[in-house]
Amino acid sequence: MENTRQYTPQAPAIDLRRHKRPTEQVIQAFLVFCGVFSIFITLGIVYEIGKEALLFFKLPEVSVWAFLTGTTWQPKIGAFGILPLLNATLMTTAIAMAIAVPLGLGVAIYLSEYASPRVRALLKPVLEVLAGIPTVVYGYFALTFMTPLLRTVFGSDVVDIYNTASAGLVMGILILPLISSISEDALAAVPRSLREAAYGLGATKLETALVVVLPAALSGLAAAFIVGLSRAIGETMIVALAAGAGPNFTLNPFKGAETMTGHIVRMSGGDLSYDSIDYNSLFAIGLFLFVVTLLLNLFSQFVVRRFREVQE
Amino acid sequence: MNKPFLTPYFDENLGRRRLAERVWNVIFRASTTAGIIFLALLLFNILNQSFGYVAMTTKVDPDTLAVNGVALEDMDKDSLVAVLQANVSKGKFRQLERELPMAERSRDEVYGLVWSDVVEPEIAGTWLLVDSILHREKILAETAQKFPRAEVTFRSWVSPQFLATPQASNPLTAGVRTAILGSLYTILITILIAFPLGVGAAIYLEEYAADNRLNRLIQTNISNLAGVPSIIYGMLGLAIFVRTLEPLTSGVMFGATEPGTANGRTILSAGWTLALLVLPLIIINAQEAIRSVSASLKQASYGLGATRWQTIWHHVLPGAMPGILTGTILAISRAIGETAPLVVVGAATYITFDPTGLFSKFTTLPIQIYQWTARPQPEFRNLAAGAILVLLIMLMSLNAAAILLRNRFRKALYDR
Repeated sequence: MENTRQYTPQAPAIDLRRHKRPTEQVIQAFLVFCGVFSIFITLGIVYEIGKEALLFFKLPEVSVWAFLTGTTWQPKIGAFGILPLLNATLMTTAIAMAIAVPLGLGVAIYLSEYASPRVRALLKPVLEVLAGIPTVVYGYFALTFMTPLLRTVFGSDVVDIYNTASAGLVMGILILPLISSISEDALAAVPRSLREAAYGLGATKLETALVVVLPAALSGLAAAFIVGLSRAIGETMIVALAAGAGPNFTLNPFKGAETMTGHIVRMSGGDLSYDSIDYNSLFAIGLFLFVVTLLLNLFSQFVVRRFREVQE
Repeated sequence: MNKPFLTPYFDENLGRRRLAERVWNVIFRASTTAGIIFLALLLFNILNQSFGYVAMTTKVDPDTLAVNGVALEDMDKDSLVAVLQANVSKGKFRQLERELPMAERSRDEVYGLVWSDVVEPEIAGTWLLVDSILHREKILAETAQKFPRAEVTFRSWVSPQFLATPQASNPLTAGVRTAILGSLYTILITILIAFPLGVGAAIYLEEYAADNRLNRLIQTNISNLAGVPSIIYGMLGLAIFVRTLEPLTSGVMFGATEPGTANGRTILSAGWTLALLVLPLIIINAQEAIRSVSASLKQASYGLGATRWQTIWHHVLPGAMPGILTGTILAISRAIGETAPLVVVGAATYITFDPTGLFSKFTTLPIQIYQWTARPQPEFRNLAAGAILVLLIMLMSLNAAAILLRNRFRKALYDR
């Protein structure tokens, strides 16, 4: 009985009640600001580019309809039809995707289904290096390697020094690692049990990959495709160096034709006076580019979200 | 494809299925090999252009400049000045005098001037590395026939002198010093802006933000911004930093430059533009790093009565820091190679002086590469290849640092 301790209620030595911490509030305010800052960037893009583009469309010599359907882009004579620029962009993009999608898919299937872990650990960094090379280097490669190669193969009277084929092919190499890495992630996310079930039924590796894994990862692959597409449309330095200067409405991939991004870079690299019609027209192209890539990105996120839901 | 599973006599199909297996195996391997071959070709092409024979000749034969049988290299300073005065225009000579009077220049400096302004070394032809090795005799014979005075030397376009000299119009003396300094200054500003903002946003989104509409919007917005083409950021930078905020970015407000000459096309504008460009990447990477810090660590900290910020500062951030730094380094290496937005923001194409601060005009390494590549003369392609080698080495060392950090990070995770 003597050992039993008796607790006597006592006032606590320190005040444990919640109290205000001004420094933490300042820090928290800063963090909120950081979080919201990214929204300001988007608003800034929409406002600034929209404003200049609006100034362009308000001009008496320009109409939205003529902008979207005109087949000549010659600021000197007041012809602002985006089709030649858009056409060149679509051509380089199509060539790039024709290279990057099959190769990228092949690489992804090889890495995720066939390669041993050691080979995979060796190859993935190589593709990462390919993805980390600045695009201006790819532009250099297009101009000093791909174009001469095309000219030797097809004849220099057929292939111009600046042409969309060379730019498109090299852009395909640029996008290849992007597509392969997103696709590989999608394939790797397919549950092992599906593969085991297919093997158990006697399917070969190829049948498992094509009939079971690929369909299960389809939306991830679609996202890879869309991201690659959006990257190809916005790609600038390769086309600025290799695709040619001067808008040209042609379907011949061996002729030079300026893309939307190439035009923006060439015009703003020279002496461009503010508030001129040329200056504002660049922002109209920029707005068009922004809207297209934004829609593609939103669409790819939508696809990925659906893909997650199906998987879980 | 479903058929083989259904036929009872599956061995009939077995040969076909095995063949398909083999053929496609080769196809998948081939596409992977193609990727590696592309990388090899790219690097080979650059090395091929960076080294090789150069035939050098001079505009004026130095022997014709000899006075009274005294060759140029044996002359004293006064006769060199006389040669210089006799062979350059009056205006040019006055300009040289204005820069630094002849009396104050040493004999070797005057000799250098005579060499660069009177004799004027020129490139008669350049050859690729492979040709230089395989067709050495042919190159020498051809040059001797076409340019009798030319001297053929093996030239490495990357050299200490290439790194140390500023941009010049003569490809023999042009270097990348201004461009490297411009790149470094710009990147420094980019880091100072994007790192705190990006990490702050990541902490907010991972540790503070409730799952409400605003925060979901922020998250979607960040992934969208990561997909916006870089040239759009350039246009944003042009509209906001170069034009709207010109008094700030040109430094006029701080009295840093004279109002007449300054405009907003400065290092500060470029740094801000690139900061906005890499911000989404830094945020996304930092978020992943913060998410990977184990929840038990945080709960232990809360259990001991730590506040939210104390928990973040003392437990979350130290655990996430290697991952955050790795992501930041990768974002920075993206920014270093970025060309298009800086062309739009208006990096100067031809400047020969070092950047002096926030408000000076600048050029960067990728822009230098772009400018040289766009020129038609082959010797500028060689220069561009040299600059690309420098850029790639810079990027590779950054990536190596990122890999080292990542490995250390993994080790730390397993040790825990």
